Amino acid sequence: MIDLTASEIRDGVRAGKWKAREVVDAHLERIAAVDPKLHAYLHVDADGARAAADRVDASGVKGLLAGVPVAVKDNMCQRGIPTTCASKILEGFRPPYDATALLRALAAGAVPVGHTNLDEFAMGSSTENSAYGPSRNPWDPTRAPGGSSGGSAVSVAARMTPLAFGSDTGGSIRQPAALCGVVGMKPTYGRVSRYGLVAFASSLDQIGPIARTVRDAAMFLQAFAGHDALDSTSAPAEVPDYEKDLEAGVKGLRVGVPKEFFGAGTDPGVRAAIDAALKVLQKQGATLVEMSLPHTDYGIAAYYVIAPCEASSNLARYDGVRFGHRAKSFDGLIDMYRKSRTEGFGEEVRRRILLGTFALSSGYYEAYYKKALQVRRLIKNDFDEAWKKVDVIAGPTSPIPAFKIGEKANDPIAMYLCDVLTVTAPLAGIPGISVPAGFTEGNLPVGLQLLGKEWSEATLLRTARSYERETEFWKRSPAL
Amino acid sequence: MTRHLYPLFSLRMDITRPLVEKVALLARLEIPPADADRVAAQLGRIVTMVETLNKLDTKGVEPLSNPTGLVDAFRSDEPRPSLSRDEALANAPDKVEMFLRVPRVVE
Repeated sequence: MIDLTASEIRDGVRAGKWKAREVVDAHLERIAAVDPKLHAYLHVDADGARAAADRVDASGVKGLLAGVPVAVKDNMCQRGIPTTCASKILEGFRPPYDATALLRALAAGAVPVGHTNLDEFAMGSSTENSAYGPSRNPWDPTRAPGGSSGGSAVSVAARMTPLAFGSDTGGSIRQPAALCGVVGMKPTYGRVSRYGLVAFASSLDQIGPIARTVRDAAMFLQAFAGHDALDSTSAPAEVPDYEKDLEAGVKGLRVGVPKEFFGAGTDPGVRAAIDAALKVLQKQGATLVEMSLPHTDYGIAAYYVIAPCEASSNLARYDGVRFGHRAKSFDGLIDMYRKSRTEGFGEEVRRRILLGTFALSSGYYEAYYKKALQVRRLIKNDFDEAWKKVDVIAGPTSPIPAFKIGEKANDPIAMYLCDVLTVTAPLAGIPGISVPAGFTEGNLPVGLQLLGKEWSEATLLRTARSYERETEFWKRSPAL
Repeated sequence: MTRHLYPLFSLRMDITRPLVEKVALLARLEIPPADADRVAAQLGRIVTMVETLNKLDTKGVEPLSNPTGLVDAFRSDEPRPSLSRDEALANAPDKVEMFLRVPRVVE
């Protein structure tokens, strides 16, 4: 049962072939069996999951996700369920409300099984920055699963759930999806409500689906995309039917291949897999177009000004007053803030708050923050130029496959560079998807990244599906 | 308020210990004295990396702060259901009856 896709589970529940309760029991059993090795979960809500499954079985209405077990990244609020962002500062926090995207998935019949591990406040690319210990890559447990949605990617790759919520700020859905051999999509900024997603960098953050197949990702996104009055940055636009043209193929599609996506640091195994993937798309009727995104190499520098600036502002709310950790002893109000925050936040989060506070402070704002926003415009201009010549841009999701746990832990800049190919999409607000593209010689998954213009999720899903139909890498599962 | 104007192409910010201590106060964080030099050096390396942006001429480029282009999403100003007081206070680390308790702020 754990090998079923989400759409197979849903179809079976609708047809009465099996009950949502049987489905969730099988997945809870899988979690109990493999998660002690992988640590994808910070909190498993077995009772809540069984109760939700029973409600689906009892109800006559069988929605888009009827009876499908779903994992929730621990930076999405779920009413009454511990939601910590993998931070000590939110230990014990139980949200009094649900994130809109989660609420919509529940209304569609999804069965939430628990909350997954992440880099604290989604700041990281390996899930090692969790205050509760790292998650492990199911393809090689000595390696990191990527991040920050590492727990969610592990849950899906290791057959603990067919679907998981992720959130992407600089690559946090696509990069772990690539490193764990699953599908992950960052939608267009504004496609999905951010209400109830704990804010990291508000102009970049976006919730998206992690799944084993492209169809499952399409179906999952369908269930939670769309305007929400509770998020003023969600777009008041119709959501197209993402499954409608999924099998329509790529004949005539112009696929841009930017030379900057194949820099000197690209792992040869990644390079070989992506070259092969491009040939598959070509064979299926797509036209490959060599092109350039000249400001790609400035993405990381711009991102590491903009994201920490927004984070330093967003994380000001953790003051030890209304919720979260408060220091036991202090001398006055300012000291209470300082001690509570210093005790509650981990090192990387403190580092980014300091960086952002510095870049926004009087005298430095123009030189850093404004400069970064201008470069952000240049990055977006690169893409706007590209869409005149191509429909989709393709390249690796990550220049390297999964790295060893601890390998980059003491070198923040080496860790930041993991996101070199993923940060430009959120800076420009465009959607991107990572789809399994085979394995390196060391049997580590490689992800093919596809980027498209604003609101082109359907095109990206169709392209990814076309490639997936030919290759079927998703059928391979890690030995556990 | 004085703004220090750095010529953008020669900017090389030196992240010193006193600067880091000042920023930490602004950010309401503490840096243990034994850690301050290491934190300053680390931030300095990141700032140096970020300063590669200065290789680009951005004169006249409009800053992009929000990729959607959406402006001013209004809603009608009507009362809606919201959290009860008990729910809103449930996660507070220190409370008395219906209040959040904090250290004295006015002498």
